[in-house]
Amino acid sequence: MAMQQMQLKVNGTLHTVMEQPHRTLLEVLREELGFTGTKRACRVGDCGACTVIIDGKAVLSCLTLAVEVQGREIITIEALGDGDRPDPLQRSFVDCGAVQCGFCTPGMVMSAKALLDENPHPDPDEVRRAIAGNLCRCTGYAKIVEAIEDAATRLA
Amino acid sequence: MSDYAVLGKRLPRVDGPVKAAGSARFTDDLSLPGMLHGKILRSPHPHARILRIDTTRAEQLPGVRAVIVGEDFGDYRYGLRADTRDEYPLARGKVRYLGEEVAAVAAVDEDTALEALELIRVDYEVLPAVTDPEEALLEGAPQLHDDKPGNISVHMKTGFGDVDEAFRQADYVREDRFYSQSVLHGFLEPNAALAHWEAPNRITIWASKQSPYFLYRNLSNCFNVPLSNVRLIQPYIGGGFGGKNGGYPVDFCAVMLSKKSGRPVKIVLTMEEVLSSHRRRHPMIVRLKTGVRKDGTILAHDCRIIADGGAGTGVGPSTIANAFYFLNLPYVVPNVRYEAFRAYTNRPISVAQRGNGIQQIRYAADVQLEMIAHDLGLDPVRIRQKNAVYTGYRTASGMNIHSCGLQETITGAVRAAEWDTHYRPWREKENEPLGRIATGVGIACNSFQSGARLTGHNCCTAVIKVHEDGTASLLTGSTDSGQGSETVLAMIVAEVLGIRLEDVFVPQTDSTVTPVDPGSFGSRVSSTAGNAVLIAARDARQQLLPVAAELLKAAPEAIEFRDCKVFVRGAPDKALRFRDLTRQTVAWGSGTSIIGQGSWGQTVPPMNFETGEGDASGAYSFGTQAAWVEVDTRTGRVTVPRMVVAHDLGFALNPLAVEGQHEGSIAGGVGHTIYEHCVEENGQNLTPNLTAYGLPTVYDLPREMVSLSIETIDPVGAFGAKESGEGTQVSTIPAIVNAIHNAIGVWITDLPVTPEKVLKALRDKKAQAKATAEGQS
Repeated sequence: MAMQQMQLKVNGTLHTVMEQPHRTLLEVLREELGFTGTKRACRVGDCGACTVIIDGKAVLSCLTLAVEVQGREIITIEALGDGDRPDPLQRSFVDCGAVQCGFCTPGMVMSAKALLDENPHPDPDEVRRAIAGNLCRCTGYAKIVEAIEDAATRLA
Repeated sequence: MSDYAVLGKRLPRVDGPVKAAGSARFTDDLSLPGMLHGKILRSPHPHARILRIDTTRAEQLPGVRAVIVGEDFGDYRYGLRADTRDEYPLARGKVRYLGEEVAAVAAVDEDTALEALELIRVDYEVLPAVTDPEEALLEGAPQLHDDKPGNISVHMKTGFGDVDEAFRQADYVREDRFYSQSVLHGFLEPNAALAHWEAPNRITIWASKQSPYFLYRNLSNCFNVPLSNVRLIQPYIGGGFGGKNGGYPVDFCAVMLSKKSGRPVKIVLTMEEVLSSHRRRHPMIVRLKTGVRKDGTILAHDCRIIADGGAGTGVGPSTIANAFYFLNLPYVVPNVRYEAFRAYTNRPISVAQRGNGIQQIRYAADVQLEMIAHDLGLDPVRIRQKNAVYTGYRTASGMNIHSCGLQETITGAVRAAEWDTHYRPWREKENEPLGRIATGVGIACNSFQSGARLTGHNCCTAVIKVHEDGTASLLTGSTDSGQGSETVLAMIVAEVLGIRLEDVFVPQTDSTVTPVDPGSFGSRVSSTAGNAVLIAARDARQQLLPVAAELLKAAPEAIEFRDCKVFVRGAPDKALRFRDLTRQTVAWGSGTSIIGQGSWGQTVPPMNFETGEGDASGAYSFGTQAAWVEVDTRTGRVTVPRMVVAHDLGFALNPLAVEGQHEGSIAGGVGHTIYEHCVEENGQNLTPNLTAYGLPTVYDLPREMVSLSIETIDPVGAFGAKESGEGTQVSTIPAIVNAIHNAIGVWITDLPVTPEKVLKALRDKKAQAKATAEGQS
């Protein structure tokens, strides 16, 4: 398939890539741009591990074609913080024990981030709805819900 | 109670920040210059003879660098023991399950590799398949392996005491059949391997392995290279639960494709491949006959098991032995008889999964105990208290209990569940009309091994390098697949050396650097590797003592290490900073290195796979779970809003990590009980994605989970700790199934508890009641 030039704005920086138009945002983020914090797990929209934020909404990057999201604001886990300066959400996930194997964690954090950006004081039902599309085998979700509520308190 | 500086504290895990930041590298996040992408061709038939494989067109496709088939591996087979090696990296002669690996391709990108797979022509002669383990054992059933007649992969027959006499003396005997279905490990990171072959004979592989040293040995044998040339580097692991223990075709194929192409090769399975053809838990049919006195005292178990082993043996002997061992615990069973067949079927291979064989048997035994309590009008809590084992108990089969807080876990669970407020026996409720939502509570107990004692190399080794600035590195071959063992082991180092948790670094397992280790299975890391770390840390401290004694002008026995200081006991002002001591020690004389080392292995003889006699482990955990269920009597849907775990874990090395294990166990157990099922029909997989399969979402699990740790300070485990990550999932199923009976008066003996089964059971009960009423009128 013919290559196509695409411009993707990721974490505030404009990237120009040559890509085939059937490539997903997940593939381009991971393989071309090196944003491997966004995880590739089910590839079919079941698990939420690939969640990124596009124009303020949590989106599954495995079901999104890269070519479709040119000119939009794409935010990945790498924009939130790092080991030195974590985002309050990342700090809460660690402190509350919401991280075990960590494979679902970036997607969970991004779903939570989209929620808190739009609704800084969610009730527990709203928190659960926000992560209903993110699967986790390790934690049983209890500490993840607790971490998101904890971050909302820290941010308040 | 304890005066520890680090242990017993709710400390966040050491790998939490990098995982939350997205910078923790898992296997699929790695790439090497010139790396190729591998894909695997899988069998479209559950059973077929391979007549011919033509790879010519695939090899000619531009971008393809290597194509391999079964013959490339010669006659290499692998398995747990010499007599059970029945798995091939790629199929030879026959395929034995849908999705079995037949050929593999490495190409410049995934799309090209996929296209090449379509160009491989395989001629099959389709054979009759058998996918039901009972049918597989019948005469005339299709045979899977020529050298294993009757499709018997494992057979175990044993007994202790006089079961027949016990049944004669029993006031009440009942026999039931239970079925536990096919479920997956459910890890979110699919199996993955990145391999680099360097001629003439050096292998480097990054692979998602909870027990990397299985694969290290497998690769040495398969490729005939010395172990010193097998470098297995363990990236972060996205969950294991028993499904990332050994070597699998994905690993062998990545190495062979790299050898053939001269380039690094990465293979990452899709979730559909995992769901269709990767290893899974043993489905089991359990027929259990139990005799009791009229007060509920258990006199005997007679148990017959047929396990669906799938097309290979894997770790099946341990699964079958485990089911026997834990027929003997957590209740006193003076007489026991057991016969189990693990049947080969044309299904993906069954292996260990969190609880390895023990869930299935305890589901049967604990639900049947509840049935007996119901039949005899006994209280479900009291019948468990009456039969509970205790410290000093020795099972009929010879398992020795050195610490046991089972009674305390029953008491704790009952209290936390507010049992006395919510529990009403079904007998009292059965004449009341069922509302739309019927509620009930249930209880069940468990026991588990604290480090499975298998045959062969079973000890853990730790090496601790103390750096001159007072920090330390811990080299261990025990991996952390998410359970938090890296943090717990680092806490032990920090405790003994008196430094902070953040001063201890645990690098990833690397087979050329870290000591060989059995692996992270059978709940062994915190207790077994923990003891090795404790010994190594004491060794390191011992090396620091002479210099400390010299500098502090004190006797070595009087010196303490705590809060990053080294001081004389009773004279805290006679102190120096730990980092000053390490600097001075490293430079003492002409200089030295501080390297502590320790090994510790299970103190009991290996499991007896033939008779099941003796111990399965040096220590056993005990626990109780209570479930609160709601059953929608119109839709048949069961939900579990609340669940309590009370676990005798010896000592909670890190209570935050322990809670995570308890909650995760509930998640796995609820999924197994209610939602999850691998369904195949006519050779097709009907559950090829996580949604169809039923991996629980946040809406499917209890909103409220209560975790209680009962500390009994075991004499064997590190600092008295026992396991706390698998036993906790053993009693989840029976607690829920017992609660369902308490809610609607039906026994579910066939998992999972789907709405259809609940509605059918309610209809059958109604019809039976009507027939009884008509018969009486």
